[in-house]
Amino acid sequence: MNAVIENLPRFIEAFGMTLWLLVLSGACALIIGTVIAAMRISPVPSLNVFASVYTELLRNTPLTLVLFFCAFVLPQLGSRLPYEWAAFLGLTLYTSPFVAEALRSGINGVAVGQAEAARSLGLGFMQSTTLIIFPQAFRMVIPPLINVLIALTKNTSVAGGFFVFELFSAAKELTNANGNAVIAILLAVAAFYLAVTIPLGILSARLEKKLAVQR
Amino acid sequence: MSASVLFDTPGPRTRRRSRIASVIVVLLIAAGLAWIIYTLAQPRDSSGITLPGYFDWSRWDIVVLADFWVRVWGGLRATLLAAAAGAVMALVVGVLFAMLRTSVFAAVRIPTTIVLEFFRGMPVLLMMLFILLVASTGAFWAVVLALGVYNGAIIGESLRAGLAALPRGQREAGLSLGLTGFQSKVFIEFPQAFRQMLPVIIAQLVVLLKDTSLGYIVGYNELIRTTMNNLGSSVGNRYLFSLFLVTLVIYLAVNLSLSAVARRVARRRNPGKVLPKDQITPTASISAVGMSNVNPEDQTTE
Repeated sequence: MNAVIENLPRFIEAFGMTLWLLVLSGACALIIGTVIAAMRISPVPSLNVFASVYTELLRNTPLTLVLFFCAFVLPQLGSRLPYEWAAFLGLTLYTSPFVAEALRSGINGVAVGQAEAARSLGLGFMQSTTLIIFPQAFRMVIPPLINVLIALTKNTSVAGGFFVFELFSAAKELTNANGNAVIAILLAVAAFYLAVTIPLGILSARLEKKLAVQR
Repeated sequence: MSASVLFDTPGPRTRRRSRIASVIVVLLIAAGLAWIIYTLAQPRDSSGITLPGYFDWSRWDIVVLADFWVRVWGGLRATLLAAAAGAVMALVVGVLFAMLRTSVFAAVRIPTTIVLEFFRGMPVLLMMLFILLVASTGAFWAVVLALGVYNGAIIGESLRAGLAALPRGQREAGLSLGLTGFQSKVFIEFPQAFRQMLPVIIAQLVVLLKDTSLGYIVGYNELIRTTMNNLGSSVGNRYLFSLFLVTLVIYLAVNLSLSAVARRVARRRNPGKVLPKDQITPTASISAVGMSNVNPEDQTTE
């Protein structure tokens, strides 16, 4: 236990990095994912194809390989990104298709009669999507989107394998330095992760229940 | 028939406009790709020496060596082996968790719930490190055990959802036939829940296969570690990009074919239950996982 308390500043520093990665990549992945989802439902076929290729490609590549690309292959191609930004880039790229798919399944979850009713009232594509479909889809996608963010929180640990000092690297470093307190340190690191994932999970479950009643 | 209810069957003007937009987008994408390929093909300076571009044969000549492919296959086999062992374990753990989580005894149910939440909220990678350091099992078992427990927790949760979604009459019928509560759960409810949740489970197993790549970080010689680290250091850094492309293609081939299987299962389970026209977007292909109108892959945790 002493080893945990003594190294608390190190833990806090690492936790800050984890949160930085989570917030920044989460925000950017939400933006990119929304653009991809919009392409996916747009009437222009080439945008459809581009969006689905992007989604399938990134969803079927392991995160480790994406981060490897950003951290080690990109510098070979002339990038000078520091490792933190490489990890940010990799996590954003990897998370964005999951955001897009969550949005798309939310749109598919809106009853088809809603779209038909909107169309029969004479609303156009833009009107029926922005006024009828999206407001309803938006509520349905909040819980899945939170689940994507929970997964992202856990995924930030992979960045620890690529020279970013966050919670996982802190776990490695501190267990190396304090061989007698391995379990305490690992449990402390797990507690930091759980401090983010469990409240998010509760929020997601509560919202799901609340929105389900309203429908 | 229009492909989607969101917009009308396009008339000649809209078709023309959409075609023009399509052509512009294709041109933009093609220009982007061409720029990337051109940049990659340029020779580059590296600390005084000029190296050839990335498509030069001197960066690719290892792919004709049989020894190269033997080593790549070794890595792929290690990945598949860890995934297979992890999958078996995840299924066993998942069934166990689902049973305990739905137990009638609160003394069993509540601790199981806490343990499940703990496992689901923690990164797999941290669990691997935990097993590696505390149980000192060696990298292979660290990868397999962590993947098994983590994915088992997720599969257990989806099985529980499947059990909860069954009509009450199933259990009541079992009980009225004289089965005990446990028998009814094992013989009546569980097989149905399992079938119901099969697409989600298979999609989760695809995620498990992807996650074996975390072995790269904890020192298990799976595909990425074999190609990028071991092969990379023995053939030299100039092959790094080629090795990366080879690894990427292998992963895509394996994962896409497994995802295709998951989709087939999802479709066969509910033949014709959700017609394409019941969905708003035209590209949606799979859905109908039991009661919810959600793609099985969307319910997994990546």
